[in-house]
Amino acid sequence: MSPVIELDARRLLCPMPVIRLQDCVEKQDKGVKVRITCTDPGTMSDIPAWCRINGHRVLATEQLEHEYIFLVQKDPDGN
Amino acid sequence: MTRKAVALISGGLDSLLAAKLIQQQGIEVEGINFFTGFCVEGHTHAIRKHERNRVKRNNALWVAEQLGIKLHIIDIVDEYKDVVINPKHGYGANLNPCLDCKIFMVHKAQEWLKQHDFDFIITGEVIGQRPKSQRKKLMPVVAEKSGADDLLLRPLCARSLPETLPEKEGWVDREKLKDFSGRSRKPQMALAAEFGFEDYAQPAGGCCFLTDQSYSVKLQDLWDNRGERDYELDDIMLLKVGRHIRPSKAFKLIIAREEGENHFLSGYKRQFQTISTVSHAGPLALIEGESLDPQQLELACAIIARYSKGRNADSVELRFSDREQGSRSIHVKPLPATQINPDWVLV
Repeated sequence: MSPVIELDARRLLCPMPVIRLQDCVEKQDKGVKVRITCTDPGTMSDIPAWCRINGHRVLATEQLEHEYIFLVQKDPDGN
Repeated sequence: MTRKAVALISGGLDSLLAAKLIQQQGIEVEGINFFTGFCVEGHTHAIRKHERNRVKRNNALWVAEQLGIKLHIIDIVDEYKDVVINPKHGYGANLNPCLDCKIFMVHKAQEWLKQHDFDFIITGEVIGQRPKSQRKKLMPVVAEKSGADDLLLRPLCARSLPETLPEKEGWVDREKLKDFSGRSRKPQMALAAEFGFEDYAQPAGGCCFLTDQSYSVKLQDLWDNRGERDYELDDIMLLKVGRHIRPSKAFKLIIAREEGENHFLSGYKRQFQTISTVSHAGPLALIEGESLDPQQLELACAIIARYSKGRNADSVELRFSDREQGSRSIHVKPLPATQINPDWVLV
């Protein structure tokens, strides 16, 4: 099983967390998982929206006091 | 053969409608959205706790989802600096280089088009909608100087402009495009209703902080006091947050206005000297500038104490923190509001 790629997007304001995730996911093979940690509450809507648009999956979300963590899987059926 | 268009998606109504008009003609559309660092998004305001009830969505993503298209968000922060610092066509009312910005973005879209084998570019521009960049006589300037020439189609006002390649080649039917002009939003709102779009963004002051007078004052101050017209992403982000007070050329205070900003600024503790209140609830402040002498440090503390719950107290305890020198306690009498020189406050 391939390891989960960790991305730190804390302190970044939207849309930078989405750009970080987008640039990372583009380089990966399909099915690869990326966990991104954010502090901008806007990511709660943006990252799922970005995933829906591009066919990627949000496998899990976690909200701590000031952090929002998403486990994303690159579209397993995509290019 | 299905033709492909790349749409500049700002997140506003115009780019939504322009893309929809072209989709309706059987063209495959993908969106492109540029992040300059100056973008006004609900998320920037989401730092502030009392504004957290606002919709926090990214409107460009929302538009893409309404259209069912892919959206490519591109970080152009570094390249965009030259547009802001050296605009060939000058600034608008503030430090907004709108015409150069439009030329630059269309140029970047044209580069993207070539790399991804798309056929033409669409924008949501409307003649006369914006005083600087969307005047009729400037529309050909954008097309020419961006290098896009007749690959640039503006569906919302195309019938008032010369034919572009997609129209000449019959990829799109010119008769189905629009001839909107002027600052009225009524034609766009009627078209949105026709398409069934609701809940679209209605930005009151445009989508860029550079059109904001207060923001431009703070950016100009940054340039004046650094002695050079340059910036990093953190600089322009911090200009969006807090109360900016410059008591002297040597230093500026960035003082949180509420809990959300306190939390945001606390993320910069490793980069800046900071001052926070101890004896009373109050703001966190970053110190931007050279090391302060004792008098300057006392003045900084007195100003910050003035914005704490101890503003009427005889003495307020604050903590000055420096990543290298550690932290220490300072007691001051809060500065009365009347002694804060209005020239210090950057608005």
